[in-house]
Amino acid sequence: MKSFHPRLLKPGRYFMQGNIATAEAALIAGCRFYAGYPITPSNEIAEWMSRRLPEVGGVFIQMEDEIGSIVAVLGASAAGVKAMTATSGPGFSLMMESVGLASMMEIPAVIVNVMRAGPSTGIPTLVGQGDIMQAKWGSHGDYEIIAYLPSSVQEVFDMTIKAFNMAEKYRVLTIVLSDQVIGHMIGKLVVPDYEEIEIIDRELPDVPPEKLVYPFDNSRLISPMPIAGAGYRVNYDSLTHDERGYPSVDRDVSFRLVSRLVRKIRENEKAIAEWEEYYTDDADILLVAYGCTARSAKEVVKKLRRENIRIGLFRPKTAWPFPWWRMNELSKRVSKIVVAEINMGQMLHLVREYSARDVEIVHAPYAPGYMPPPSYIENIVRGVYGA
Amino acid sequence: MSSSDRFRLREFAVTSLTKYYEGLEQVIRTDRMPHIFCPGCGLGIILKGLAEAILKSGIPINRHVGVSGIGCTGRLPGYLRIDAYHVTHGRAVAFAVGLKLANPELEVTVVGGDGDIVTIGGNHFIHAARRNHDINVIIVNNFIYGMTGGQYGATTPTGSYTTTSPYGHVEYPFNIPLLAYASGATFIARWTPIHYAQMVDAFLQMFEHKGFAVVEIIAPCVLYGERNRFPSYTDMVKYFRDRCVIDHEADLRKIGISLDPKEPLVIGNFYKVRRKTYEELYKELIERVSKEGAKE
Amino acid sequence: MRLLNLEKLLVPVGFLQISPELCKGCGFCIEFCPRNVLEFSEDVNSRGYHYPIIRKGMEMSCSACGMCQRICPDYAIYLEKVEKIPAKKVIR
Repeated sequence: MKSFHPRLLKPGRYFMQGNIATAEAALIAGCRFYAGYPITPSNEIAEWMSRRLPEVGGVFIQMEDEIGSIVAVLGASAAGVKAMTATSGPGFSLMMESVGLASMMEIPAVIVNVMRAGPSTGIPTLVGQGDIMQAKWGSHGDYEIIAYLPSSVQEVFDMTIKAFNMAEKYRVLTIVLSDQVIGHMIGKLVVPDYEEIEIIDRELPDVPPEKLVYPFDNSRLISPMPIAGAGYRVNYDSLTHDERGYPSVDRDVSFRLVSRLVRKIRENEKAIAEWEEYYTDDADILLVAYGCTARSAKEVVKKLRRENIRIGLFRPKTAWPFPWWRMNELSKRVSKIVVAEINMGQMLHLVREYSARDVEIVHAPYAPGYMPPPSYIENIVRGVYGA
Repeated sequence: MSSSDRFRLREFAVTSLTKYYEGLEQVIRTDRMPHIFCPGCGLGIILKGLAEAILKSGIPINRHVGVSGIGCTGRLPGYLRIDAYHVTHGRAVAFAVGLKLANPELEVTVVGGDGDIVTIGGNHFIHAARRNHDINVIIVNNFIYGMTGGQYGATTPTGSYTTTSPYGHVEYPFNIPLLAYASGATFIARWTPIHYAQMVDAFLQMFEHKGFAVVEIIAPCVLYGERNRFPSYTDMVKYFRDRCVIDHEADLRKIGISLDPKEPLVIGNFYKVRRKTYEELYKELIERVSKEGAKE
Repeated sequence: MRLLNLEKLLVPVGFLQISPELCKGCGFCIEFCPRNVLEFSEDVNSRGYHYPIIRKGMEMSCSACGMCQRICPDYAIYLEKVEKIPAKKVIR
C-alpha cells in the first residue's frame, strides 16, 4: 500500500475552498515540487503549497515567470519527482511552448488553470471558461493532452489526484481546467480513507542500463521512463528523435514518433474520457455545460423537468479527450441542443462536429466574468423550445 | 557521401577516440561520431575538454546531467554519454533549476550558446544566478546565432556584419562576466578552446564549486568570422592566440569584447566566492519547519 | 667545442597518427604546431578536405608536445607514440 505522509490532509469531511482543495489533493497524489508565478485567481494554490510543501519535505519555488515555472516543473519531473504548477489564462498562454516540450519528451506534469475572464488581462478576479480550445490546440505541432473540467470542490479534489495519476500512467501533460468560481468557492469536501485513493506512479525501467538501448521504443505506446541520475544516461531531445533518443530528420522516424505520441491518448480515449449525464434517458432537449456553468444548467433541468419538459444535461468531465462518441449518440436521440458556456463559442465547435446532422444546436454564450444564472439558460431553452 | 562511407567514417572516429583519448569513449557517444560541427568550430574541442573534465571530476558519471537549449552549442550534451536534456530555446537554465531542486545529488551542467542563455534565456539566467542555485553554466560565446545562419545576438560586438545587420551592427553587446557578477553568480571564468588545459581546469573548478558557476568560452565561428575580418578557419583562433591576456584580477567592468585588433581579450578565472546556495537555504528551511511546526 | 654527446643524449620524438577521413581541413593543428611539422596535403579526403601531412624531412622533428591532438576538434590527429632517439639523428 502507498505510504501517506503524516502531515497530509486526513480522511474526513471538510468545508474547504476549491483552490486549497486542489493543493491538498496534489499533496495526497504525491506532488512534492511546485514552481509557479503569482496570478489571480490561482494564488491560493501557490501560497498554500509554499506553506505545506516544506512540511512534507517537498520543494516550493516562485520562479521569475510562467515559462520558467513550467520548465522547472518538467525538470523536476525528469528527476523523478511529481511536479505541478498553477496559473490562469495569461500564464497558460505563456506556457504553451512547454506543453509541446512535455509532450515531445513525454515528461509527466500537471498544470492547474484556474480560468478567468479574457481575452488578454481581462478581469483577473472573475470567472471565465475561455481556455477550452487552447488547452488542446495551444501549442504547435501534433500532440495530445488530458484536460479535466471540475464543477465542484469535491470534483477539483478528485480530478487533481486523477490528473497526477493519468500524467504518470500515460507520460503526458494533464491540465485541470478549474475556474475562478470553483477555485474560490467554499464547499463540501470528503477525503476518503487512503486505501480507497488510487495513486499511480510512472513505470520505471526494470532492466539494467546496459540493456536499455531503445528508451523511446515505438513498438509500445508508453515506455518506462528513465529518471535523471539513475544511470541510464538517456538523451531526451525536444528535436524529433529516433528510438535511441538521438535527433533524426528521417521521414519514417518522424512519422513513427509523432503518430505514437498521439496514439498514446487516442487509443485510450474511451478509458480516459469522463462525463456526467443528468436526465438524458428520454430527453428531447440536451443541455451541454461544464465547470461552474453546469451548476446553473443542472438547476434549469430540475426546474423544467417539474414542468414535464423533457430536458437533460450532458456534462463533459474531460474536455480532452472529448467524449465524442457519447455526444454523437445523444445527439441522435434529441432534437435540440443548447450549449451554455462562459465564452463566445469553444465547446460549441466540438458539439457541432460530433452531433448528428439534423439536430438544432443553439449557443448560449455568457459575458466573460460572470456565471450565467439559471434564469438566463432557462430563457434560452424556452425560446428554443417554443414554450 | 554514401552510407557506407559514413559508416567507415564512424569506424574511424570510434577507433580514433578509443585508441588515444584514454577513457574518453566512456563519456563520448562514439556511436554518434563524427559530430555535425563545422570545420573551424571550437565546439569539438570543448566537447573533448568537457568529457575530460567529467572523467576527472571525481563525481560518478551517472550523477552528471547535461541540459542544453537550441543552437549549435545545444547539440553538445547530446554527444556526451550522460543523462542529457535538449530542451526549448532559452529554457535550459530553468529546466536545470527544476532538476537540481528535485534531486540535489545531481551535478547539473547547462551548456548553451550566447544566444540561448543570455539573449532569449536572459531572464532565467539572471534569476538563477541571483538565487545562487548550485548549477554549472557553460556559455559558448561565438558572438552570433550560428545554427540559424548567422544573425546577431546579445553579445555581437558593435559594428559587426551579420545576416540581420548587413549595414553593421548598431547595438552594444553584453559583457557576460559582468552580467553574471551583477546577477549574483559566485564563480566566473572566461577561456577559449585553445587554452585547453586552463579550460579543462576551469570546468573542474566549476564542478567542485558550490554555487552558480558561469564559464564563458569564447569560441571561433566561421559564420561570424567570414563576414568580420576572419575569413579563413584559423584567423579567429590566431586572433585569440595573439590578443588574449590572462588576468585573473581583471576589473569585470573593463573586459567587454570588441574583437578589435588593437584591444586585448581578457580571459581568466575572475571570481570565486562561497555563498549559501538556494538548495542549502531551502534544506535549512525544511528542517526549521519540521522542528518548529507548521505556520498557523 | 662540443658540449653535448649527441650520440648518447636521447630526445623524445613524437610519431603522429592522422586519420585523413575524419579531418575537416580547419588547419588548427598546422597553425598551432610549435615546430611547424605539419602542412596541408595536396589531395583531398572523401569529403573534399585537405588533411595534414608531415612535411618532408621533418619526420623526426615532432617534439611530442601534444598540442595538435589537444586542439583538433574532430579527433583526427593524435600522438600515437613517443620514442627516445639519439639527438644526432634528430638535430639537423
